[in-house]
Amino acid sequence: MKIRGKAIIYGDDIDTDIIIPGRYLVLQDPKELAKHAMEGIDPSFPEKARDGAIIIAGKNFGCGSSREEAPVALKHANTKCVIAKSFARIFYRNAINIGLPILEADLEGSVSEGDELEIDVVEGVIENKTRGLKIEAKPLPPLALEIIKAGGLTKYVRKKLGLE
Amino acid sequence: MNIVEKILAKASGEKRVEPGQIIDARVDRAMMHDLTGPRVIDSFREIGVEKVWDPDKIVVIFDHDVPPSTIKAAELQKKVRSFVREQGIKHFYDIGRGGVCHVVMLEKGHVKPGELIVGADSHTVTYGALGAFATGIGATDMAAVLATGSIWLRVPEAMKFDVRGSLPDHVYAKDLILHIIGMIGADGATYKAMVFAGEAIEKIGIDGRATICNMSIEAGAKAGIIEPDEKTIQYVRERTNEQFTPLKSDPDADFEKTYEIDASRLEPQIAIPPRVDNVKPVSELGDVEIDQGFIGTCTNGRLDDLRAAAEILRGRKVREGVRLVIIPGSQEVYRKALEEGLIRIFVEAGAIVGGPGCGPCIGISRGVLADDEICISAANRNFVGRMGSPKSKVYLASPATVAASAITGRITDPREVVEG
Repeated sequence: MKIRGKAIIYGDDIDTDIIIPGRYLVLQDPKELAKHAMEGIDPSFPEKARDGAIIIAGKNFGCGSSREEAPVALKHANTKCVIAKSFARIFYRNAINIGLPILEADLEGSVSEGDELEIDVVEGVIENKTRGLKIEAKPLPPLALEIIKAGGLTKYVRKKLGLE
Repeated sequence: MNIVEKILAKASGEKRVEPGQIIDARVDRAMMHDLTGPRVIDSFREIGVEKVWDPDKIVVIFDHDVPPSTIKAAELQKKVRSFVREQGIKHFYDIGRGGVCHVVMLEKGHVKPGELIVGADSHTVTYGALGAFATGIGATDMAAVLATGSIWLRVPEAMKFDVRGSLPDHVYAKDLILHIIGMIGADGATYKAMVFAGEAIEKIGIDGRATICNMSIEAGAKAGIIEPDEKTIQYVRERTNEQFTPLKSDPDADFEKTYEIDASRLEPQIAIPPRVDNVKPVSELGDVEIDQGFIGTCTNGRLDDLRAAAEILRGRKVREGVRLVIIPGSQEVYRKALEEGLIRIFVEAGAIVGGPGCGPCIGISRGVLADDEICISAANRNFVGRMGSPKSKVYLASPATVAASAITGRITDPREVVEG
């Protein structure tokens, strides 16, 4: 499962009100939500991410609310993967559940804005094509990988219940 | 085992569980509201199960945009109402029947000690106030719970906060939890459980305990919890006849880390935007003029909170040029506040009092902020754009500090107003 995209870099504690402000939550359509992704900190994000983005962030990415619209907005804005030093736990679960790949790694000093990255989510390997670097991420827990491989939690549960 | 491990062992049918272990746990109660409900329903349909696992264990409460401020919000509420009817969910609190979900859950007896509760809202951690393990989950996780009645969880490490002494006058549970978040940081408890204990906690009533557990999520916690005591048992008994088994930590239980705090030395605290963990005593803040004050929400919209605000506002006026928005946390809080004459005090002071709901806390309606405006709020988050314009600012404090600030027009230690 290899993913490619250009690095877009943000800092620590990117909260869910930054990722998708509360006033947009009535917009249920993922494409509409995507237009406002990261609006709290970077209104140009949807434009920058158009050809495939890999968000690189610091600690505690996705802190705050349980709104699943946060990973949904990022995914539909063409975010291929989020790599952060650490994630807030509800965001972490939500991202895996809706099929937005995420990895924990400290990339400070090894990625610059716009670098071309290739990621193997299952193996947890990040390759910086621009700089010719390979970095290992913290491996995802086996259950998270199973959910990702099934194509998200709804499909995983369907399988478990014998509906697929 | 500590209280967290005991509850999770019980929920997963295991004799013992350990931090880091992944368990498949049975859920005692599941809660969703008007804003997360629609997405839960969509994911539930995607799973393709006809009926929810147990309609009596599901609670649905409308609070985030009530009464609806847009046609879109009204449509979404209509969708959730129709799901409630279709599935035969009887614990449904429509507009005018309940209030803020995390206030209603406690006061209507939907939370009992020793239970595992999940809610499609991050502030579900509030229910730890009654000795339950309660955590917030996203919509798809909730859909899976509705379909199966179970959820996978990682058993969290537990941090203990041993709070000695007692809170001084005009210093509240809110000041204590802000101080703790400032101490450990906004990710200080990520994936972990925060266990609050000690004589200061024992002296705090259920309303204040709810405030403390409510904000454990702002340190990233999976749960905040207080061991059940006489106050807890009495509170729950007054609200439900259902059976429950209170669980407590063994005397030799392990905690990852223990913090000791002396409540007696605490001053009123303030969280400076845009970080919940940028916390200072109000006395060290300097001069900050405000445009709006807000008292309410799942953090500070309970009766004790309104009483604290009324004590400050009684016979005083909100300063010209400042507006004060007060929103009782539930119909029950509203009724009791009416009976005690608190609402009259608020109205005479020049505050606007709204019907129970989340109000402007999530920046949707009923008091959102314009560019460059400053609000002091008794809610839980001061993130960029949380209450409206990304150029507005939100300071967090106790209801008493908000009330005092509304009177002077600048962020003010409540003791300054009361003691002159």
